[in-house]
Amino acid sequence: MKGKKTHALPSILVLSAVVAIWWAAVAATKSVIFPTPWQVVTGTLELARDGTLWEHIGASLFRVGAGFGLAVLVAIPLGLWMGRVHGAFLTLNPLFQILRPISPIAWIPIAILWFGVGNASPIYLIFIASVFPMIVQTTAGVHTIEKRFLRAAENFGVPRQKLFRQVVFPASLPQIIVGMRIGLGVAWLVVVAAEMIALRSGLGYMIIDSRNAGNRYDLVIAGMIIIGLIGLALDGFMRLLENMKNVRWRYVH
Amino acid sequence: MFIKTKIHVQNVHKGFGTNGSRLEVIQDLDFKVGDGEFVAIVGPSGCGKTTLMNIIAGFLAADSGGVHVDGVVRNGPNSKGIMITQQGSVFPWLTVRQNLLFGLAEDLPEREALAKEYAELVGLQGFENNYPHELSGGMLKRAEIARALVVKPEILYMDEPFSALDALMSLRMQNELLRILAKERHTVMLITHDVEEAIHLADRVLVLSPRPARIQASFDVTLPHPRRVSSPECQALRVAILKELGVTLV
Repeated sequence: MKGKKTHALPSILVLSAVVAIWWAAVAATKSVIFPTPWQVVTGTLELARDGTLWEHIGASLFRVGAGFGLAVLVAIPLGLWMGRVHGAFLTLNPLFQILRPISPIAWIPIAILWFGVGNASPIYLIFIASVFPMIVQTTAGVHTIEKRFLRAAENFGVPRQKLFRQVVFPASLPQIIVGMRIGLGVAWLVVVAAEMIALRSGLGYMIIDSRNAGNRYDLVIAGMIIIGLIGLALDGFMRLLENMKNVRWRYVH
Repeated sequence: MFIKTKIHVQNVHKGFGTNGSRLEVIQDLDFKVGDGEFVAIVGPSGCGKTTLMNIIAGFLAADSGGVHVDGVVRNGPNSKGIMITQQGSVFPWLTVRQNLLFGLAEDLPEREALAKEYAELVGLQGFENNYPHELSGGMLKRAEIARALVVKPEILYMDEPFSALDALMSLRMQNELLRILAKERHTVMLITHDVEEAIHLADRVLVLSPRPARIQASFDVTLPHPRRVSSPECQALRVAILKELGVTLV
């Protein structure tokens, strides 16, 4: 990780340029409705001071945590099972391959029908959105375990439970982590969309509500930027998992 | 001197593919390995050496014939005989110590002590908590040997174990192996394409024919250890074995 500072320099320059162009464009067009970067900052501070910003962030994170957490609990055991038991794979894989390309947004009417407009609907949507990529990645992780390792394990004749704990699971872990990164990314996309349609809290709701209640576009853009930053932070958090010592082998050569 | 038979490879026959394009790999192969004996198998590449080793170690079933270990038909691998291959199979997600502990029962009270003892035996003390990707090729091979020996196997199946190492490291590992085998007796079956390695290590060298593999010749190596591969006796043996393999040295 040498020269991290110099690596960051070009991207800081690009970000500064985007803000500068935005500011210049608003000033040049004398727009009354599109905010300047500074208005976005003051709008954000206003929301942060009266506490509503933290409530919205908390509501969104709670839903993502619940839906994604449930998906992890279902996807990893199911993916490991499908990876090891060929019959399970043949039976379930076609179903999951059909369900997987359906946009989570398409599930919104059904989610409302089944779970109403409370927290259960977005949690269900997040679950649906993130569970399939994680199942697929986990299964792929098991399928790509090199035969030499399975043979060695077979040679030592260890019990099944130990085979799973010390070979199948850790060998698939790098792929499982890839699945979790994809899953959490999708979950974050979905929570915002779901909150725009059916809910009264969360960052998605904050964006729609700011527009509806008096064209507060400064808060709309503040919401967008916060969503982006939190998404980045969530992915960064997931990437920390890739630094665990027992998965490093997958990334070094 | 009568030596008890450890492994009996009995009329083993193996082919791949279906009737139309069937490839006979091993035909009527029959030989015995004595208890504590070190037998090397050399043969032209592609002659089915690895297939043979997989059958003997229990990873592959023979079409007909079978393998008896201690007089019992073998159907599948077990920790009585551990396989060491060219590409190696040290688990990259476990530390050296965890790899050594892998084959030991969880409730074995002395497992930690054993892992430590065998790490020391192969010269990996101080590296127990390293991951395999932090080790050199030679150290990785040592870890693999230690992981095999720690479960006290009666047989070692070695399929080109040192071929992926450079020539110097390969020689070093051969000496290491002899040093360890002088301490602990094991029956060893070694597959190699390196005739000098076979002469250096083995009590007997079997030469396989091109596909389908049969035993073409057998050479006893009676010279005491440590052997000098450059000695006239060794070189004479080498010339004879190479001749069986179709290579004439001037």
